[in-house]
Amino acid sequence: MKTVIKNGHIIDPSQDIDGRFDLVIAEGVIVEIGENLATEGADEVIDADGLLVTPGLIDIHVHLRDPGYEYKEDIITGTRAAAAGGFTSVACMPNTKPVNDNKAIVHYMINKANLEGSANVFPICTITKGQKGTSLVEMGDLKLAGCIGFSDDGLNVECGDVLRRAMEYAGGFSMPIIAHAEDEGIKSGGVMNEGRVATELGLAGNPWVAEASTVARDLMLAELTGARLHVCHISTRRTVELIREAKARGVKATCEVTPHHFTLTEEAVRGYDVNAKMGPPLRTADDVAAMKEGLADGTIDAIATDHAPHHIDDKNVEFNVAANGLVGLETALPLTLNLVREGVLTMKQAISCLTDRPATALNIPRGTLTCGSVADITLIDPDFKWTLDAKTMKTKARNTPFDGWELTGAAMLTMRQGKTTFQREQ
Amino acid sequence: MAFSHRHIIGTQQLSKADIELILETAESFKEVNQRDIKKVPTLRGKTIINLFYENSTRTRTSFELAGKRMSADTINISASGSSVTKGETLEDTAKNIEAMNADVIVMRHSCSGAPDYLAQRLTKSSVINAGDGFHEHPSQALLDLLTIKEHKGKIEGLTVAIIGDIARSRVARSDLYALKTMGATVRLAGPATMLPPGIEELGAEVYTDINEAIKDADVVIMLRIQLEREGGNTLIPTLREYAQFFALNTENIKLAKPDAIVMHPGPLNRGVEISSYVADGVQNVILDQVENGVAVRMALLYLLAGGSDEE
Repeated sequence: MKTVIKNGHIIDPSQDIDGRFDLVIAEGVIVEIGENLATEGADEVIDADGLLVTPGLIDIHVHLRDPGYEYKEDIITGTRAAAAGGFTSVACMPNTKPVNDNKAIVHYMINKANLEGSANVFPICTITKGQKGTSLVEMGDLKLAGCIGFSDDGLNVECGDVLRRAMEYAGGFSMPIIAHAEDEGIKSGGVMNEGRVATELGLAGNPWVAEASTVARDLMLAELTGARLHVCHISTRRTVELIREAKARGVKATCEVTPHHFTLTEEAVRGYDVNAKMGPPLRTADDVAAMKEGLADGTIDAIATDHAPHHIDDKNVEFNVAANGLVGLETALPLTLNLVREGVLTMKQAISCLTDRPATALNIPRGTLTCGSVADITLIDPDFKWTLDAKTMKTKARNTPFDGWELTGAAMLTMRQGKTTFQREQ
Repeated sequence: MAFSHRHIIGTQQLSKADIELILETAESFKEVNQRDIKKVPTLRGKTIINLFYENSTRTRTSFELAGKRMSADTINISASGSSVTKGETLEDTAKNIEAMNADVIVMRHSCSGAPDYLAQRLTKSSVINAGDGFHEHPSQALLDLLTIKEHKGKIEGLTVAIIGDIARSRVARSDLYALKTMGATVRLAGPATMLPPGIEELGAEVYTDINEAIKDADVVIMLRIQLEREGGNTLIPTLREYAQFFALNTENIKLAKPDAIVMHPGPLNRGVEISSYVADGVQNVILDQVENGVAVRMALLYLLAGGSDEE
């Protein structure tokens, strides 16, 4: 099986390619990139004129809810949503039921994704057994099973010594620790950002310092141990500053921001919109500006969605008790491209935040179009205009604050190992 | 002038004209409450449901009397907990009540935003917020305004000090919005742990020394401190110390204008946020507030369910 993608604008930040080239795939592997390549003998020729051709997008923070919460999402629907959003690989968080702290679940996820899924699934396991914050999981064995990193996602590892030992031990296996940094004590039951809007709405506030103080601790532990730390979904200006400073000092830290944290502010919560409720909460306009500055100067490595599908029954309740999170796989690309249109990022930088940089952060062997690599490829029309209708999303869930938004830019064709996983109807 | 709102969720959404209309309407109902036969047929055939997810004696009784004195059929439902603990969702409960053709649902709920949630989902019934979380308690603010207006002849230009746990007070927020709309100056005071971030952006002057807030005030409103605040959390060390620094007493009340009035939404914690000498002193108008509460709630029910076409 040979496929030639003709006339596309290839952007591959991993090898600094940004121009009009053709690309040849044979047996699911990229074999050649060049100008005016011959199409003889090709089983398929794809005309990518007017489209960007990029490495398959990578989302290093999703919740697939499988096993345990299949009524919210499962590996089939979640990876279908990924493909529709242009993603060929996702790293999935371990807060399943039971939690992913063992290789049986790692195998289950990878196998189900390979057999029935529309994207590669790279499982992240918990740091501690049962996500209880006390004893370490079998990190070496889990790495052999296919786990790419460790996170007690959704929960902070409260005990600094446990986190320190986790970093040391994981570091010995060249595995990153992925931190959900939020001090539960300082958060103190807050359900949105602390400040004027929370005060007006009468909702308990979660101040920026709950995140930033924990990030400071985690960065110092990474400095002490020499381990690799990846900080999840950062949301405050102070967090960006701390990571910028730590990187300058040589700490092996990376971080991600979600599209909603660089697009929306706490104002979105007005009217008690449960789809604007998430952890960490939406912050202020100044924090949004800091996210953009962090992306522009490279402090922020990756754009990741924190795709958090919930059933309507988990959301359609009083704000205080509504579940945290929103779905993001199908809206991440146009929201990221907004940053290019605003002049925050170049197109190459934007693609890099969705391909090689997240791959590097979590050691994912994808995110490049180098010859010999797996043909995970996304064809993007950056000018495609569409309106999001939550009811037509591929995910099982409908919890998005972007329903009805006019969006620009979309994946037109997504390809995993040379096989099409999504093609947009026009 | 017609009343344009279908629901009463908060005073933040009420204009000066709205508030004036409510207060004028309430004044006309006050006379009914002083009659020997305290009943008018104004809302005959209308159904009012008091849906209370949180304990309340005063507010529920006040709304119930307001409905009954206007000949409405008033039913009380005491529910407990949120959707999650209760089993039936708030939406299902409310839609069932609406299906029984309730004209007005008066709701109290511990979650901020619950009345908003209801108002967005009901197609026929009106919703009156009888207190939601730390958000709003509009009928309390309106009865406060009516009481101030009666005693001071006006609201505009007055200085009103509100003292207590501002962060967790729906009364403080509703009072603040309504008083600002009517042109009063509002001072909020309490221990720093009880002052919510950003409150000054809503137009309040903020103090941690209550003497400064009381100085030259025309009105002093003391908020109830929840006794369970002591111990188990870090907002205040003890009720004893709270009383020492944040209670209204015979000394600090002298800082206010000589003719200042003292108010409290009740129930009182005598010796905690207010000394008995002040609570029972000549400046207190606390029972006037209670009386005005019935009239204000009659006005709200009338404006939502009465309909000008019938009268």
